[in-house]
Amino acid sequence: MRYLPHTDEDIRNMFDAIGVKDFEELFITVPESCRYDKEMALPDPKTEWGLNKYMAEIRTMMKVTPEHTVLLGAGRYQHNIPSTIPSIMGRSELLTAYTPYQPEMAQGTLQGLFEYQTLTARLLGVDVANASMYDGASALAEALLMGLRIGKKKKRVAMSAAIHPHFREVVRTYFHPTEFEIVELPFLENGRTDFSSLSGEDDFAAVALQSPNFFGVVEEMEAAAEAIHQAGALFVAGFSEPLAFGLLKNPGDEGADIVCGEGQSFGMPESFGGPGLGMFGCKKKYVRNLPGRLVGETTDLDGNRGYVLTLATREQHIRREKATSNICSNQGICTLTAAMYMASLGGTGLRKLARLNYDRSEYLKQGLEEAGASVCFSSPTFNEFVVEFKDDFRPVQKRLMEQKIVAGLDLAKYYPGFDNRYLFCVTETASKEVLDTVISEVKK
Amino acid sequence: MKNGPGRSGLIMDEPLLWEKGKKGRNGMSIPESDVPAAALADELCGEGPDFPDLSEVEVVRHYTRLSQWNFGVDTGMYPLGSCTMKYNPKINEKHAGAEEITSAHPLLDDEYCQGTLRIIYELQNFLAEITGLDAVSVQPAAGAHGELAGMLIFDAYHQNKGKKRSKILMPDTAHGTNPASAALCGYKPVPIKSGERGILDVEQIRELMDEETAGIMITNPNTLGLFEENIREIAEIVHEKGGLVYGDGANMNAIMGIVDLKKCGVDVLHLNLHKTFSTPHGGGGPGAGPVCVVEELKKFLPSPRVDFDGSTYKQVEDTASIGRMHGFHGNYGVLVRAFCYILTMGAEYLEKASQYAVLNASYVKVKLKDHLHLAYDRPCMHEAVFSDKNQQENNVSTLDIAKRLMDCGYHPPTIYFPLVVPGAIMIEPTETESLEELDTFIEVVKKIVKEAETDPDLLHNSPSRFKVKRLDETQAARNPCLCG
Repeated sequence: MRYLPHTDEDIRNMFDAIGVKDFEELFITVPESCRYDKEMALPDPKTEWGLNKYMAEIRTMMKVTPEHTVLLGAGRYQHNIPSTIPSIMGRSELLTAYTPYQPEMAQGTLQGLFEYQTLTARLLGVDVANASMYDGASALAEALLMGLRIGKKKKRVAMSAAIHPHFREVVRTYFHPTEFEIVELPFLENGRTDFSSLSGEDDFAAVALQSPNFFGVVEEMEAAAEAIHQAGALFVAGFSEPLAFGLLKNPGDEGADIVCGEGQSFGMPESFGGPGLGMFGCKKKYVRNLPGRLVGETTDLDGNRGYVLTLATREQHIRREKATSNICSNQGICTLTAAMYMASLGGTGLRKLARLNYDRSEYLKQGLEEAGASVCFSSPTFNEFVVEFKDDFRPVQKRLMEQKIVAGLDLAKYYPGFDNRYLFCVTETASKEVLDTVISEVKK
Repeated sequence: MKNGPGRSGLIMDEPLLWEKGKKGRNGMSIPESDVPAAALADELCGEGPDFPDLSEVEVVRHYTRLSQWNFGVDTGMYPLGSCTMKYNPKINEKHAGAEEITSAHPLLDDEYCQGTLRIIYELQNFLAEITGLDAVSVQPAAGAHGELAGMLIFDAYHQNKGKKRSKILMPDTAHGTNPASAALCGYKPVPIKSGERGILDVEQIRELMDEETAGIMITNPNTLGLFEENIREIAEIVHEKGGLVYGDGANMNAIMGIVDLKKCGVDVLHLNLHKTFSTPHGGGGPGAGPVCVVEELKKFLPSPRVDFDGSTYKQVEDTASIGRMHGFHGNYGVLVRAFCYILTMGAEYLEKASQYAVLNASYVKVKLKDHLHLAYDRPCMHEAVFSDKNQQENNVSTLDIAKRLMDCGYHPPTIYFPLVVPGAIMIEPTETESLEELDTFIEVVKKIVKEAETDPDLLHNSPSRFKVKRLDETQAARNPCLCG
């Protein structure tokens, strides 16, 4: 077995040195009653070539292939990824390192994370960003818990019903054993969150909106910030498509106190939903309540600049049950990937790409409307939008699938009364030709 | 006497990203627009972030230079206790990166993604078989996330029985994530001191376990590298009072094919696929922390899970489930790597991996115990815990020893953990290190122990062969600079 270097002779020599005669004696402290008393029923060990064959067979079971254009978004986006990213991020010095607890031999990871924190803070308009959370959904749950820590005695939070349904489910999972109450804010006919019920309230610790929201609708963030702050609550701004902030105002500038969302769009493939990363930042005054890992700048014995993990007194390995979160890792290589992607695009590129995404999605939106579908929400959208078809859309969807286009997410199972409503997502991977095909199939 | 592989190398300086580049450069292709520019209200438009503009070459050199300041498992021995820094096979990267897998959108209907669902289904079964437990969810994104899933299952179980419980038993050797995960579920940790032999004492559990207590969290083998020999008896006591037993599977690498967790009385267990199942740690993540349970708790597992009816794989949700832990299926790419590892190893080599992991740790323990103070001189599992007790008279600390090891070409062991051993030095070689590697490492540690007597300042001034010398962590925390 190529991963296990010991020869029989090595093993005998080691037994002698230890003073045991066999493996049985090495495991002498494991009582008989705890023993695995049969052979594990697993497939026989495979050679590299045998594994390749097995995995190739599994790959043929995928009906949606890399040749398909995927017009589904909803928290996972098909974007172009330059080959520089997998090539450099596959370097084993970065990939096979552990958490940088020994900073002198992990300056690569540490400087990379510091750069990520900085670019993310600039993107989101916050003072501080952490080195990432597991994903956008768990980041939202952590953001609301953070709001409750800051809100001290308050026991309620509110979140918009236009936040990604899975993200809301994760929040409910996290909150289930706690004493905290979650209130859902409905959305208006224009697809934006109705925060009118906040007026007169004063016991919400935090209120969460997502923008662009699950329907792709850009929320009225400044008005929301005012209403939320008037109610004495912290404004948690979520997102699932960070590319939007290349074009739109960022949530920090619009008054958000905590900003969190999914960062998969920045250089990571869909990969059936993971790994991506939870981007997470806040205003400076809340930094001691921030969950997750942070990298800070410092100097070495000679006064040279260097980076270390810092403010660990918030974290579980020091504070144990009083920690700001139980999180003990970040998304590591995904975090550096996001930073490398932001660096590759640059400010100019990010704007250009966001604009292209916007223009192409508007093109499809308009085309579908002309083809007879109705756009459900009148508010401006980014990348994603919801349309309702007069007739059953499924036969059209099937025809498009045969032309290698995955068109639209059926929203009926997410929202009652959303029959025949579909969420479309258009990114730079969808050419005009593909979009025209969709439009003409709908017209048929 | 052998020296370690440490030498000084060619170290290139590299500024921060925004200290280089020029406006107007770009590092990746962007398609030209083929559609008309759409209208967009001015009040929605921002200025776009202040990012530097860099060319492709600038970006590639930047990250290549950064990578050269890092030490990974591929660089050398990484005996970081409790972290299981074993070799990460390259072939697994290839399969996780295959386009059919990476291009799969998680909201495709089941019929379009049978392949990705099959991997989840088979992995669920493999992990159940390896642990001896009955059902698995692969959704948790890391070990601590799996622990949280486990505590949510505890809570759901007790609420289902009609009574929420308020406390949980917590050995003092536990990872910090254990009490933090339990606290998220409103459980107050009741600390348990390890007994004289470094393992849990049955009588103490009997005294503390009551009907207000949800159960116990046990890491086995524990963080001292010792097998909790009384686990069955402890489980019986906990079960008698209506509690559940949580197994922290962080140290599963010592016991595959050797210990049956169900027979030990464990009800819920999380695994760290990035430790035991060889997926790369990525400088901190992504990991994966599947949670495994006995049949009775299956209905509470996070959803969706994947089932197979003999012809089709499908996503299923149980109404009693604690719900979703993650936006989609967890860190799926990590699952694929672990799946490939298990297929490569099979039952035979997984068991050998555990045997060799214990063999390697036992060998290091025996060879070093006359040189470094050994906290508990008992048969160890996959790791051995030493301390700086013998070096204190020369004013040399665990930290100094760790930093000197770096100059000699090794990543240091885990230090100052577990907390119950002051100045702990926790060595976990893993099974993928050869006898020659171990011997060289042992010789180097012996040399450093001598240096601690003859030249303590050499240790105090270490490391000296890296881009930076010892970094001031106090300054970083006092005046946090978290953003450039």
